[in-house]
Amino acid sequence: MADISTLSGVKIYKAREAGNLEDVVGNTPLLQLRRLTAHLNPGVRVFAKAEWFNPGGSIKDRPALNIIRKALKQGKLGDGRILLDSTSGNMGIAYATFGATLGIPVTLAIPANASSERISILKALGAKLVLTDPLEGSDGALRKASELYEKHPEKYFYANQYDNPANWEAHYLSTGPEIVEQTQGEITHFVAGLGTSGTLTGTGRYLREMLGKVELIATQPDSPFHGLEGLKHMPTAIKPAIFDPQLPDRTQEVTTEDAHRMVLQLARQEGLFVGISSGAAAWVALKVASELDQGVVVTVFPDAGYKYLSDRQLWEGN
Amino acid sequence: MITLRIPTPLRPYAGGANEIQVNGETVGAALEELTNTYPTLRKHLYNEYGELRTFVNLYLNDEDIRQLQGTATRIKPGDRLMIIPSIAGGKGQVAQWK
Repeated sequence: MADISTLSGVKIYKAREAGNLEDVVGNTPLLQLRRLTAHLNPGVRVFAKAEWFNPGGSIKDRPALNIIRKALKQGKLGDGRILLDSTSGNMGIAYATFGATLGIPVTLAIPANASSERISILKALGAKLVLTDPLEGSDGALRKASELYEKHPEKYFYANQYDNPANWEAHYLSTGPEIVEQTQGEITHFVAGLGTSGTLTGTGRYLREMLGKVELIATQPDSPFHGLEGLKHMPTAIKPAIFDPQLPDRTQEVTTEDAHRMVLQLARQEGLFVGISSGAAAWVALKVASELDQGVVVTVFPDAGYKYLSDRQLWEGN
Repeated sequence: MITLRIPTPLRPYAGGANEIQVNGETVGAALEELTNTYPTLRKHLYNEYGELRTFVNLYLNDEDIRQLQGTATRIKPGDRLMIIPSIAGGKGQVAQWK
C-alpha cells in the first residue's frame, strides 16, 4: 500500500490489487499506543502489530498458510487428504478459512470449553470438530490430534503447529521483515506471548539476524491455571518442539486479571477492541517500556475482541 | 459426599488427584473443604478479595453455577462439580462433552 497523496491531512492509499484471499495475509498495520503511553519517557514509543487485519481475523493466518503451502508443495496435502491439528480456536479458524478456499478438508481437536463464538465460526467454515476433555485444556486437544493421526496416518496430514518449523518460519519470512521495515530498523524491544512460541521464535530470529541487539521478551501466564487464551505456561505444559528457550532474553509473567484490565484500557483509551492475549502483550510491553529512557517497543496483538464477547464479566468491568 | 473433578493444571496442587470427594451443603462449602485440605490451591481459584477468579468456571452436573445460585448453589450427595478455566471466556460445549 503505497502512499500516493495527502488530502486535508488524510492520507490516500493506493487500493490493493484484486487477488486471492491468501494474498492479503500479513502486511498488517503497526499501530502506536498513544494515551496508555502518556506517562512514559518521551523517548520511548510502543507499537503493536494489528493482526486482526488478517483475513481469518488473527495472526494465525500466517503460520496456517505457510504450513498449508509447504505441505502442498511437498505433496503431503491435496487429493482429499485431511488437514488435522489441535487448536483452541484461532489456528483452527485460519486452517478452516484457507481449507475452504483451497478445497482442503479440515479436522480439528478442540477443548470443549473453547468459546461458543469460536466453535460457531469453525462450524460455519465447514471444519469437522472433535471436542476434547475441558479438564485437560489445549494439551488434551494436542494428545487427541496425535492419537487420531496415529490411528489413520493415511487419512491425514497432521499439521502439528507446535512442532512444525513452517510455523515459526512464517514469522521469520513475514512478521519480522514487516516490523523492521515499519520501524525503519529502530525497534529495540520485541514482546510476544508464548503459545506455540512461533511468533517469538520466527520474528525474534529475524530481528536478531537483521539488527543484532534487539531485546526479546517472552510473555507467559503466571500460573498453569489461567484464562489467557492462546498462551501456555511453558514450565508445566507440553513443550512445543519449535520452542527455543535460549532465544528470549527474559520471560515476563502476567496474571489473567492484569490482562483483562488491560483489554478494557486498550478498548477505552486507544480504541483497540482486542482479545485477551493482546491485553497480556500490552501489559508486558508497557511494563518493559516503563523501565526505559529511550527505545521502540514492539508487540503483537493476535486478534480482535469479537470472539470473546460471550465473556460478559470481561467487558462489563470497570 | 460429592465428586470434585480437578483440571490437569491444578492436579499438582491437589496431591495429583483428578477427582476428590468432598463434603458440604453448597458449592462454596465444598470448595472451602477442598482448599482447606489443599491450601496451595486457594490462590489459583480465588482473588485477593476471596472471590472466585473471573476465569474460573464451575459446572455442577454440567451446568454453569453462574446460571444457578453461584457458590450458594446447594449440592446433594452424588453430584459432580467440575473446575474449568475459561478459554476465551467461554463455556463453549462443556455440557455436550462426554
